[in-house]
Amino acid sequence: MSQMPNFFPALPEIFLLTSTCVLMIVDLSAKTIRRQRTYVLAHIVLLGCAFLTYYTTLDVVSPRPIYTFSDLFVNDLMSGWLKMAAYIAVATTLVYSRQYLIDRGLMRGEFIVLLLFALLGMMILMSANSLLTVYLGLELLSLCQYALVALNRDSAASTEAAMKYFVLGALASGMLLYGMSMIYGATGTLTITEISHRVGVLAGNTGDRTLLVFGLVFLVAGIAFKLGVVPFHMWVPDVYQGAATAVTLVIASAPKLAAFAMAMRLLVNGLLDLAVDWQQMLSILAVLSMALGNITAIAQTNLKRMLAYSTISHMGFVLLGLAGGMVNGNLLNAGDAYSSAMFYVVIYVLTTLASFGMLLLLSRAGVECESLDDLKGLNQRAPWFALIMLIVMFSLAGVPPAAGFYAKLAILKTTVAAGQIGLAVAAVLFSLIGAFYYLRIVKLMYFDDASKSGPVTAHADMRVLVSVNGLALLALGILPQSLMALCVASIKAL
Amino acid sequence: MATPAIYLIVPLAPLAGAIVAGLFGRTVGRANAHRITILGVLIAFLTSCYVFADVLEGNAFHGSIYTWMTSGDFKFEIGFLIDRLSALMMVVVTFVSLMVHIYTIGYMAEDPGYQRFFSYISLFTFSMLMLVMSNNFLQLFFGWEAVGVVSYLLIGFWYTRPSAVYANLKAFLVNRVGDFGFILGIGLVLAEFGTLDYSSVFVLAPARASSVIQLFPGVDWMLLTVICICLFIGAMGKSAQFPLHVWLPDSMEGPTPISALIHAATMVTAGIFMVARMSPLYELSTTALSVILVLGGITALFMGLVAMTQFDIKRVVAYSTLSQLGYMTVALGASAYSAAMFHLMTHAFFKAVLFLAAGSVIIAMHHEQDMRRMGGLRKYMPITYFSVLVGAIASAGIPPLAGFFSKDAIIEAVKMSDTPGAAFAYFCVTACVFVTAFYTFRMVFMAFHGEPRMGTAARAHLRESPVVVTLPLLLLSVPSIGAGWLIGQAVYGDYFGPAIIVGPGHAWIEAMTEEYHGVWSYMAHGVSALPFWLAVAGIATAWYLYLVRPELPRRIASGFGPLYALVERKYGFDELYSWLFASGARLLGTGLWKAGDQAVIDGLIVNGAARAVGWFSKVMRLVQSGMIYRYASAMLIGVVLLIYWFLKR
Repeated sequence: MSQMPNFFPALPEIFLLTSTCVLMIVDLSAKTIRRQRTYVLAHIVLLGCAFLTYYTTLDVVSPRPIYTFSDLFVNDLMSGWLKMAAYIAVATTLVYSRQYLIDRGLMRGEFIVLLLFALLGMMILMSANSLLTVYLGLELLSLCQYALVALNRDSAASTEAAMKYFVLGALASGMLLYGMSMIYGATGTLTITEISHRVGVLAGNTGDRTLLVFGLVFLVAGIAFKLGVVPFHMWVPDVYQGAATAVTLVIASAPKLAAFAMAMRLLVNGLLDLAVDWQQMLSILAVLSMALGNITAIAQTNLKRMLAYSTISHMGFVLLGLAGGMVNGNLLNAGDAYSSAMFYVVIYVLTTLASFGMLLLLSRAGVECESLDDLKGLNQRAPWFALIMLIVMFSLAGVPPAAGFYAKLAILKTTVAAGQIGLAVAAVLFSLIGAFYYLRIVKLMYFDDASKSGPVTAHADMRVLVSVNGLALLALGILPQSLMALCVASIKAL
Repeated sequence: MATPAIYLIVPLAPLAGAIVAGLFGRTVGRANAHRITILGVLIAFLTSCYVFADVLEGNAFHGSIYTWMTSGDFKFEIGFLIDRLSALMMVVVTFVSLMVHIYTIGYMAEDPGYQRFFSYISLFTFSMLMLVMSNNFLQLFFGWEAVGVVSYLLIGFWYTRPSAVYANLKAFLVNRVGDFGFILGIGLVLAEFGTLDYSSVFVLAPARASSVIQLFPGVDWMLLTVICICLFIGAMGKSAQFPLHVWLPDSMEGPTPISALIHAATMVTAGIFMVARMSPLYELSTTALSVILVLGGITALFMGLVAMTQFDIKRVVAYSTLSQLGYMTVALGASAYSAAMFHLMTHAFFKAVLFLAAGSVIIAMHHEQDMRRMGGLRKYMPITYFSVLVGAIASAGIPPLAGFFSKDAIIEAVKMSDTPGAAFAYFCVTACVFVTAFYTFRMVFMAFHGEPRMGTAARAHLRESPVVVTLPLLLLSVPSIGAGWLIGQAVYGDYFGPAIIVGPGHAWIEAMTEEYHGVWSYMAHGVSALPFWLAVAGIATAWYLYLVRPELPRRIASGFGPLYALVERKYGFDELYSWLFASGARLLGTGLWKAGDQAVIDGLIVNGAARAVGWFSKVMRLVQSGMIYRYASAMLIGVVLLIYWFLKR
């Protein structure tokens, strides 16, 4: 006797799905290239999602996870706050990309619709409580991303990037699925909470453990691909560079939140009893990413490519946070470790939004702001935006008082608390190397003569939002406690 | 009972003014810049007065406003400790700052950096308030460094003048030495007590009174003595005590309002305030008190002597400030914290008067500062003359003006003290009374009396300064005259209450309280005592030497030849430091440059690292070829290696 499932926790997803379908139809009647109506409607939809997420998940007295659809779907504080962050990221992306896309004739209905469907994929991924749901959300997100990268279909670089992304993404999906089948084979269930119970029993048995670890490697590979860490990072620079900058912004920002959620769901919620193994894997990947990302970024002259390598190194930092949860078999450090990783990823997304937003702001019709030389002498042309960019670069480099400093500090603190002094030292060293190329941008902006002339023109909404974005990084660096408290509460309620 | 929100208004109002004037100075314009900053400081002043009245009723506040971050068990907080000590400082700081803001309208009228200047002085007011209102060491350190930075910016305000840049660099470097000691002290507090909160540290301190630490193996040091001396090294930097005094005279390169606000009335007293605030710690270490006594005594007397030989009107006042800070330091060393704070307050008023009046003279003389080219200004600038006279009488210590009371209390306390070094300090401060009276009145007589010595063109332009300049002078003269009458409450009463703690063996002020029978008998007793007559003698000598026999000083100077030259050159400290540190640093730098930088860092690390990076990125470029099969194989190899790694175990 089947019963009606509880739809309440999934209200934001249901709302997003239906309203995006409506949006698609509305867009058919768009008359101008600006697509004013679709654009405004998309913002309204995001606002509606935010309201529903708040209403269903965050506005509760006792933060307990709520399961529905036969435990396929879970709603807890972490998914709620990550979704909120994703809405903000997507809305900001929309504002930043708008003029850029209009200038290049790319402001098509597909962009907005694909963006919203990608968001739906992220939300499903964040709320997944089953290997199936994880896969469903991941594929929805990835397919939208492939299509978005190919959006500029006349550009050879874009289509090539899309092709690579698609092929490698398919390979990664295959690995993930393979890993999932191993886990399913060992535990006999797809539900993550159930897996975690059974793994606790099975992990003691050597034979079963081998099977589990075998599957685990493939799961980690899938996660690592989504985050873009070494050696699953190869797509990152090519896709970042090949895609139109607006699309790069889409790929570089909110999906990282989803990838973080995926790692949390699969590894922490599901396979915590194998933490000894996956923490070691993540540590290796983290160190490789920080080393390769930071060193290779130095050699880049293309800004988008440089930021791509910077992303790789930052994701290494996130892994470092995830790798410090279990110390000598106890979980005392777990809350600190996971919440600082979450804090880091949120701050990273915020910083990425600002940095790519700045590139979009500096690009005009026919002029791409892509190479390091394009930033030369920015201070003479637009002192205010040079200052914002300075804050953004300081945040990426981890210079106080920008937010990136506190994020790095939090991660390092938990790494040291986990007794991984060597990892912490490596992280600091590679950050130091990384500081070079961030500060080089500051030097180019402030001390070199402008190679371009003329003031920077942009719409008021864009100027205001970039400024707010940059200043938010400063504010969160000085007063990080409120955001940190959210992260701590989210992790605690898992 | 005031709420935390009210306390927050006090520092935040000047900060808001500073932000508006600093960031939007060009947009809001000159007039609005000063209106906004003055409004901010006025709000702060009025609120401080309200807080002061509230504190007088017996209320106090101690608590944190915001937790900045938590690191392990340590909490770093922004908090306020509002008691009678900090409330007094708040009123003094905001009052002098308000006067200086108004005065600046006239003094800086033609300066292109008008808005920037207002922004800086408001920012300074904010920083100083954060310093005095703090309830923990971290915030104290924040305020401490913030006032240092603003002071640095203001000394070098005219950044196109090489001398100003030199002076601000010097101030910065010397303060760095002090701050180094200061942060060591704070670090030691954190390490030993595990908290940075004042009250918790004060509670824990007595139990550690006899514990020792080993800075070098085998040598035991009293923990509290080390902490106190480290903190006092910070105070020596900020409050310009010997031998870290060298920056203060040079800081006169800054605009005069700054000299008055920062380098006389408020910032330099931060060290005094800090030691008074830490009285529960200092009372536990007689050794630290002795050090303070001796250094204060040296500063008071020897810097006073230098003031006797200077001709630059601002430098005379600057050395006088050094000497007066020495008095306060001596008072701290003698456990007469209330007397030190009282002198701090009266000094803030009369020294601000002297500085602002000197500034008024400088405006009238078109930025001529040499007193040998002044003279007879009395006729042209009656209001300035009157205020200088008030300031001079007050600082010479003639009753019934403010300086007499505070200085006399200090001298009496040192006389009674039996802390080692007290006898030396007593000699210094007593002899210095004569010196102080001499140099202040030398300045009065040289600048305002006698024959005018300036050129006729300059004389034709002499006139009294505008009202925005003279009004602050007159307003500041009022407390310079009258503040001393509060001695009955401030020093001999229980005004400070629990804010200041005096150890059982050091209760000299308490002993003096029994002798105190009201202001009138205090004055009657004062005029029959040695210091008063020394002051009178100083004035008389100055009168005789500079008005009756003006040719004599030069003859005396040449008579004392080398000795005079030594004093005039400030005992050669500038030369010593520049030889020792500048040349030494150059030598060290050259050595490090050759051996360390070129060989190891450049050769091995920088070029080596660059080569390694270059090689690495070449390899990476090979792998990152854009060929999709390479990417896919990298992923597969990664997976295979991971599997191998984890399954072979």
